[in-house]
Amino acid sequence: MTDNTLPHAERKKRQLPQINPVYFVLAALIVAIILQNPAFVEPQGYMNFVKRAAPLAILAAGQLYVIVSGGFDLSVGSVITLVVVGSSMLLNNDPNATWWVIAVMFGIGAGVGLINGMVVCYLKVPSLIATLGMMITLNGVAFMWSGGSPRGYLTDSFRFFGRFNFTDLPIIKIFPVAIIVLLVLGFALYWLMHRTNLGRMIHAIGDNPRAANLAGVPVNRVRIIAFIVSSLSAVATGIMLGGFAGVSTDVGTGYELQAITAAVLGGAQLLGGRGSVPATIAGALTLTAIFTLLNFLGLPQPVRQVVQGLILIAAVAIAMYRRKHTGR
Amino acid sequence: MKKILALAIAAGLAFGSSAFAQAPNFDDPEQFALQQAQLAATPQGPADMPWEQYLIDSLKDTAAMKKDGPYTVCFSNAGVNNPWRVVGFTDMTEEVKLHADIAEFIHVDAEGSDDKQIADIDDLLAGGKCSILIVSPNTTAALTPAVEKACATLPVIVFDRGVNTDCPVTFVHPVGGYGFGIQGAEFIAANVEAGGNVLMLRILPGVDVLETRYSGGKRILEEAGLNIVGAEFTDGDNAKTKSIVEDYLARGTIDAVWMDAGATAVAAIEAFQDGGYDIPVFVGEDQQDFLQTWQANGMTAIAPTYPTYQWRTAIIAAMRVLKGEAVPGPEWVLPQPAITMENLDQFVNAKMPPLHYAMCGCENMAGYPEAWGGVK
Repeated sequence: MTDNTLPHAERKKRQLPQINPVYFVLAALIVAIILQNPAFVEPQGYMNFVKRAAPLAILAAGQLYVIVSGGFDLSVGSVITLVVVGSSMLLNNDPNATWWVIAVMFGIGAGVGLINGMVVCYLKVPSLIATLGMMITLNGVAFMWSGGSPRGYLTDSFRFFGRFNFTDLPIIKIFPVAIIVLLVLGFALYWLMHRTNLGRMIHAIGDNPRAANLAGVPVNRVRIIAFIVSSLSAVATGIMLGGFAGVSTDVGTGYELQAITAAVLGGAQLLGGRGSVPATIAGALTLTAIFTLLNFLGLPQPVRQVVQGLILIAAVAIAMYRRKHTGR
Repeated sequence: MKKILALAIAAGLAFGSSAFAQAPNFDDPEQFALQQAQLAATPQGPADMPWEQYLIDSLKDTAAMKKDGPYTVCFSNAGVNNPWRVVGFTDMTEEVKLHADIAEFIHVDAEGSDDKQIADIDDLLAGGKCSILIVSPNTTAALTPAVEKACATLPVIVFDRGVNTDCPVTFVHPVGGYGFGIQGAEFIAANVEAGGNVLMLRILPGVDVLETRYSGGKRILEEAGLNIVGAEFTDGDNAKTKSIVEDYLARGTIDAVWMDAGATAVAAIEAFQDGGYDIPVFVGEDQQDFLQTWQANGMTAIAPTYPTYQWRTAIIAAMRVLKGEAVPGPEWVLPQPAITMENLDQFVNAKMPPLHYAMCGCENMAGYPEAWGGVK
């Protein structure tokens, strides 16, 4: 036996915590939901659940790019609002307009991300402030555009991504389009973050921007791309939320914090350098599961908020504990 | 760090003290009975102009307040931060155009902040230009001293939400929250058999006109022997509303949905449609998207209203006071009609924006429909 081999017992002890605890939390919550409401194991139950979580999951996965690069993007909620309000105005109840309106929205999203990134990189404004300013500005733009009362409806073709379900399928019976969108975009964001050079560079600048710069990483360009990815994912989220629930003037309110929360639940490090797309998506599912469970329990609103807050703190505490003890 | 801590404590104290400053009674049997009676009362005034009608027949003499024109009408607005207020404010600006002797209409928007509104009123008084001041208070208790201060120098008209003083010339408002809650709940009681399951959806806690809607509605539903399966806050969020309804549907049947504000009604209806359920008896509000969904699906529904035409009444009251004509006071209680299955067709108008409030009393005004965002 050599000195650098761990005793058997200790090695075993280190196996378990290497699985991200968010998956255990999520599993426990799902078991609790099933105990509360056995109908949840029916396809209708869990498909609806994933459908509802899909917009937040995509938003959080996009937000993760900015978080891992060492920043925050608070403007995503207002991007969502702008997409829903702006689309309803541009569509003007004309289904033929759907495709170009979606293209315009992604164009606006890319522009917002570019501006966020340039303000952070070249004007040296901290991302918290830069995106806070962007959030206030965009909310104002949405309000000016609509006068507070959007003029059109979202057409059915626009709402397809967030609302439509394939029904009468064998075995699973129902399959929402939103889940397909989640699978496609979720995989794309996973691949970009964990299988490409871009993902490695984002991790590097979040960990130590100076070192990354010395190692030849184009820090500013990478950071700007992270903001663009975040804004584009917010546009996708806006299209899905508008699809799910229709026009309203404050759809995006609070989503920026939910997205950051989901990323943190998934073990992302708030000052950058660490984070995983699948775990972030699991974090978004966890957050949605907390909301759903509390709905099912039928607790009064104030009690619900207390429980919600405590679960969040506990979940993040577990993640921190694990990091301290495993160094991961 | 110390500074941040001090700020946090100060903010906490400010928040706490405003939350506990008063504990008003939102379940007052006297007010309930009064508003129930007012819903059934025959209003005074021209039948085709409900914004000029009144339910309490007590007129206030204003001869002493008579001034010579042209007038400067000042308006301190709590905010134009939701579609109801957007429609109402458009009503108001169009009404101003009907009065040639209003030389200037000064509007200050408090953006939903008590502090800003108190400062706004101070500024208006200090400016010395106002012939009369109209106030739509942001919150009741906070604005009371500011309104009292204004009363000392000017005639004041309060509308929409009240203040705890009787110094204004009149307080313009529709019947009220109990009335709104009663109308929807009575409709459910008449259309769902005793023992039926009713889901109550509320927008947010703590606002007097919304709390009374809930207590009024709950009382009627309980008296009718209906089973209230839940009362949930939606925060006015469509996605949250739809999720809540989906969750309730997963747990059992729902025979009726009661709402204290109908802005999210269509999202709630879609939860039934998307899950393949029949749409139950529904209470919404007079927003176009709900009215159109109601008509298109042949639903059993009702839309109680909190008419936006009261924004016109505030200007009309101001002009009467400035001319020394008597106005209903100390409260000008407007009729609060509901849109029912019988008169639904009159109010549906696909050319108006989805969030337009139909009970605007604005159809014959010069700027209609463009000023409200509609197309001819």
